[in-house]
Amino acid sequence: MAAAVPAVCRIRAAAAAAATLLLGCCGAALTSSIQDQAEQFFRSGHTNNWAVLVCTSRFWFNYRHVANTLSVYRSVKRLGIPDSHIVLMLADDMACNPRNPKPATVFSHKNMELNVYGDDVEVDYRSYEVTVENFLRVLTGRIPPSTPRSKRLLSDDRSNILIYMTGHGGNGFLKFQDSEEITNVELADAFEQMWQKRRYNELLFIIDTCQGASMYERFYSPNIMALASSQVGEDSLSHQPDLGIGVHLMDRYTFYVLEFLEEIHPASQTNMNDLFQVCPKSLCVSTPGHRTDLFQRDPQNVLITDFFGSVRKVEITTETISLDHDLAGFASKLPKDELATEPLKYAEQLPVAQIIHQKPKQKDWHPPGGFILGLWALIIMVFFKTYGIKHMKHIF
Amino acid sequence: AASAQVQLTVPVAVVFAPGSMPEDLPRPLPFRDVQEMEISVNLRTSITARYEMVYRSTTAQEEAALDAASAREADAALHLLQDTLSGSLTVYVVPEISSLLPQGISIYVGKHRSALVRARGGLAALRTRLQQLTQVMSFTASSIAAALSDRLPDGQLGPDARRHLKSSLGYEITFSLLNPDPKSHAVDWDIEDAVNRYVQPVLDKLSLVANFSVDSQILYYAVLGVTPRFDKESSSFLLSTHSLPHVINPVEARLGSSAASLYPVLNFLLYVPERSHSPLYIQDKDGAPVSTNAFHSPRWGGIMVYNVEAPASPQASLPLHVDVDMVRVMEVFLAQLRLLFGLSREELPAEFLLESPGNEGLADWELDRLLWAHTVENIATVSTTLTSLAQLLDKIGNIVIKDDVASEVYRAVASAQSAMAKLTTGHLHLAFQASKEAVTSSERAFFDPSLLHLLYFPDDQKFAIYIPLFLPMAVPILLSLAKIVREARQHKKEPTKMD
Repeated sequence: MAAAVPAVCRIRAAAAAAATLLLGCCGAALTSSIQDQAEQFFRSGHTNNWAVLVCTSRFWFNYRHVANTLSVYRSVKRLGIPDSHIVLMLADDMACNPRNPKPATVFSHKNMELNVYGDDVEVDYRSYEVTVENFLRVLTGRIPPSTPRSKRLLSDDRSNILIYMTGHGGNGFLKFQDSEEITNVELADAFEQMWQKRRYNELLFIIDTCQGASMYERFYSPNIMALASSQVGEDSLSHQPDLGIGVHLMDRYTFYVLEFLEEIHPASQTNMNDLFQVCPKSLCVSTPGHRTDLFQRDPQNVLITDFFGSVRKVEITTETISLDHDLAGFASKLPKDELATEPLKYAEQLPVAQIIHQKPKQKDWHPPGGFILGLWALIIMVFFKTYGIKHMKHIF
Repeated sequence: AASAQVQLTVPVAVVFAPGSMPEDLPRPLPFRDVQEMEISVNLRTSITARYEMVYRSTTAQEEAALDAASAREADAALHLLQDTLSGSLTVYVVPEISSLLPQGISIYVGKHRSALVRARGGLAALRTRLQQLTQVMSFTASSIAAALSDRLPDGQLGPDARRHLKSSLGYEITFSLLNPDPKSHAVDWDIEDAVNRYVQPVLDKLSLVANFSVDSQILYYAVLGVTPRFDKESSSFLLSTHSLPHVINPVEARLGSSAASLYPVLNFLLYVPERSHSPLYIQDKDGAPVSTNAFHSPRWGGIMVYNVEAPASPQASLPLHVDVDMVRVMEVFLAQLRLLFGLSREELPAEFLLESPGNEGLADWELDRLLWAHTVENIATVSTTLTSLAQLLDKIGNIVIKDDVASEVYRAVASAQSAMAKLTTGHLHLAFQASKEAVTSSERAFFDPSLLHLLYFPDDQKFAIYIPLFLPMAVPILLSLAKIVREARQHKKEPTKMD
């Protein structure tokens, strides 16, 4: 710890030396260009798509946030992004909640029309794992090495990422599971860290909370487009309560966004300007906002499927190589060391022998607390009240 | 800071066979010459390409090798005589009348690191041809720009730049056989043998660049996302070009690539169409069926459609047993692997003849091309990673850098400097190894889990928490302190008054 400050100074010097090695950061030097319509294959420079869908609420009365997130998850899967490229963070306490009259379902329409929980939902961060720290770790990639691949955002410089967040928010912050919050400054810094490491090509950030526009006010990294369900000072309202389930099923903004997305199919050419028009004030009561000043391309040219779907760029293979197929058994030039193959067996699941033969564990003694303490205090007080304080010396 | 210069040195030996020397040589052989070329990357940085040419005449052994019947044999014989370091090139200039090179070909590029050039015209013409040749065999401005594509403005690059796989420490290759109709086709592919015979030699050659691991799987009832169109004239089913992008997605979810390692995964799929959709051909833009019947997607992998011949008698019992011709399949897959890495042979002028690398999959000079591009890319990555780490430290002043993170940073800087030094002296292999170490260390330092900026509180949050706590407590304390000071002062005054 004591070496922290000099280490920091030395690292700065070392990194400054490294910076003079080669190129300066070109983040701000990106030119804006309208893509040529004929260059259809490479209109957007991305080669893969990722989605990070976060529901930041828990508890039964926040059913609608889980339904929001799951509906977006379904749309994104339908349009082609596979589970391996989706990081879904949910509190996931709706489907098996004791208050759910239809267990193992999460509905998104009134009269229980659409079960968005389905049977192929893959939740990557569930329940108490949905924390600000985990969310930032997913975004920046500073994940402990033991994290499984499904919990990582393995995007590269040619990935378009869709980030959808919903929950309860305020002016400049978003509440995570009633115990912590993330501020817009932290979010903007996280995106900047992503940009520094070129972890995205373009980013679409959608937020459906109260005062959602405050969350994208502080972004400063390039190639980010943001949409929010309400402006600062406005609340985002929920859509429809279901009398059978007893809670509101969805939020208005996401409901209309989903109606819009239902008409999109993987080959559709609808662009972002149409998404900006979704949910006008007459339907949504709040005023949805968007931010495109950091985005390089014109929203007119950005397809919805650039972020919500996963349309790959393909090329026809015209070259082949010729192989000599009479070659009998190729002797590899590299020595392949024979690993000693030991018989495989299961790791010890339970130390059964230990459990059966163990002695009762010595519990550490704690002073009594709570009720017992109160009871004894009462007894001692009554004793001394009755018999007088002079008996104290018998105790001490 | 002053603009940084990276110098890429290519040692080239130009060997003149007897009868091929041009008349206007400036000095008698052997002599040295250096050509430098600036590749401008952006406004502040440029890369210097330095070709250190050594001109000499052939030794007796080389002359004997050049007496071979064909260019290929000459190349093989010459290879035994050279000790070719990674990154270096040897060009043999043969007389104009020499029969080694076929008619109309003036440059022959061998499998290793040598080439044969037909002497024609004077020194200037030779120099131009040499420059073209050395660029093909090492790096060009566009290949360097492609390697640095994520740090350059978009307008500068062609569509080529975004295609190639990024430099990584390892790659995972997955071969999948998709059989949507197991009731009609019982497909058998001897993938293990094919991998050992055809894929492993290529991967052994590429093992210099990265670690490769191979696995394979068979998926049943996996369908393509699109319904092919029936074409009456050819009585076959066709997949048009614009429906190809939608083919991959429904399959990708089944491929299980998420269970694999953290390295980039390259998927090669072999699709055997259903009996009701056989034969299936892929159409290119002009409507003609593609000869390879395959397509690939940058940074993802490739798909090949393998048509099963209709059985001779319509009464043949189902399922038909299909033995996949792995040679044909591997020819396409390995070609796609080359294309994914960016090794394409298509854009050369007609007077070039390139020797096919055979079962090794790629020539030595193509491997060198990869190494040049990856080394430059690695150095650029290290530089920007460490710069952004330094910027993070500037922003959050009280971040704590652990000792192991600090040592990783030092190691990264040292390795990067060593890589640049080796590039300047022309040792490509060592430069690449050093750049790989530099990237590993810098990534480890940057992505260390302890650097989460959430853990470091900005000052205004600290004030916001502690002031409401301590200010009310501090008020009586301060007031009593003030009282004590007042009393002490009064007490000091009192004794004088008493007197």
